[in-house]
Amino acid sequence: MKVGIIRFPGSNCDRDVFHALKIAGAEPDYIWWNQRDLSTFDAIVIPGGFSYGDYLRAGAIAAITPVIDGIKEAAKEEKPVLGICNGAQILAEVGLVPGVFTNNRNAKFICKWTELRIKTNRTPFTSLYKENEVIRMPIAHAEGRYYTDIIEKLYEQDQIVLGFEGENPNGSIEAITGVCNEEGLVCAVMPHPERASETVLGTDDGLKFFKGMIKNG
Amino acid sequence: MKYDAEVKISLKKGMLNPEAATIERALALLEYQVEDTKTIDIIKFSLEGENDETVHKEVDEMCQRLLCNPVIHNYEIKITSKNSIK
Repeated sequence: MKVGIIRFPGSNCDRDVFHALKIAGAEPDYIWWNQRDLSTFDAIVIPGGFSYGDYLRAGAIAAITPVIDGIKEAAKEEKPVLGICNGAQILAEVGLVPGVFTNNRNAKFICKWTELRIKTNRTPFTSLYKENEVIRMPIAHAEGRYYTDIIEKLYEQDQIVLGFEGENPNGSIEAITGVCNEEGLVCAVMPHPERASETVLGTDDGLKFFKGMIKNG
Repeated sequence: MKYDAEVKISLKKGMLNPEAATIERALALLEYQVEDTKTIDIIKFSLEGENDETVHKEVDEMCQRLLCNPVIHNYEIKITSKNSIK
């Protein structure tokens, strides 16, 4: 599977994602923000970082770049699209997933390991986990508090992918920290699966995100 | 005609504002007791346009496409014609 990793000025998890995708068995390649045609890729990952310095709002400026047209096209063609951290903020700004990731409740940058519950395994990324399985992955963000004004709809349509288990560190509504579109193929998560993809990092709990994408995407 | 535009962006009523809450707590450290603290972003720029109405419409479009996130923000637009300032 050819997986495109989007690079914006300020992306900084691109090489980590490349490494994790290699371990998972994909053929990753980098895509610069001004490339509009992504038709040669089978799946897209938007990595974390601080695109455009988080100016205006995290993800707001990346959301209007030419590569977004290609990502929208990929989503329309039902290719899997995963946004991690800043990538999740970008997908929410674009409107490919519902809601918004905004300033943490405690107004601090939070960088720590978290326990997370898999809320649905209907997305390719979570397809290799058991529903309600609890896994460990780290978070690292200042703007990760999830908010939506259509929470009931998300429950009804099974669009909640990940939830914090135990502590809700950033004050997200219903402790939600991962959501998907109606089809379940565009997925936005604040925790970093690539930083939990090898046991040497503490755990490889996150690797199944990429393996699932390859197997079921 | 040249116009000055000012866009005032605030959080919708009831939205948590961690920045304002932090400022309020800091003021309390200095023994100022205040309440209902809000933070508001103001973006100002100049632009060319035919008339007030078309300029307002264009700036409104900018708000919807980039400057604001409709899920959490309200915004106000103020347009001033450069020529009206004597």
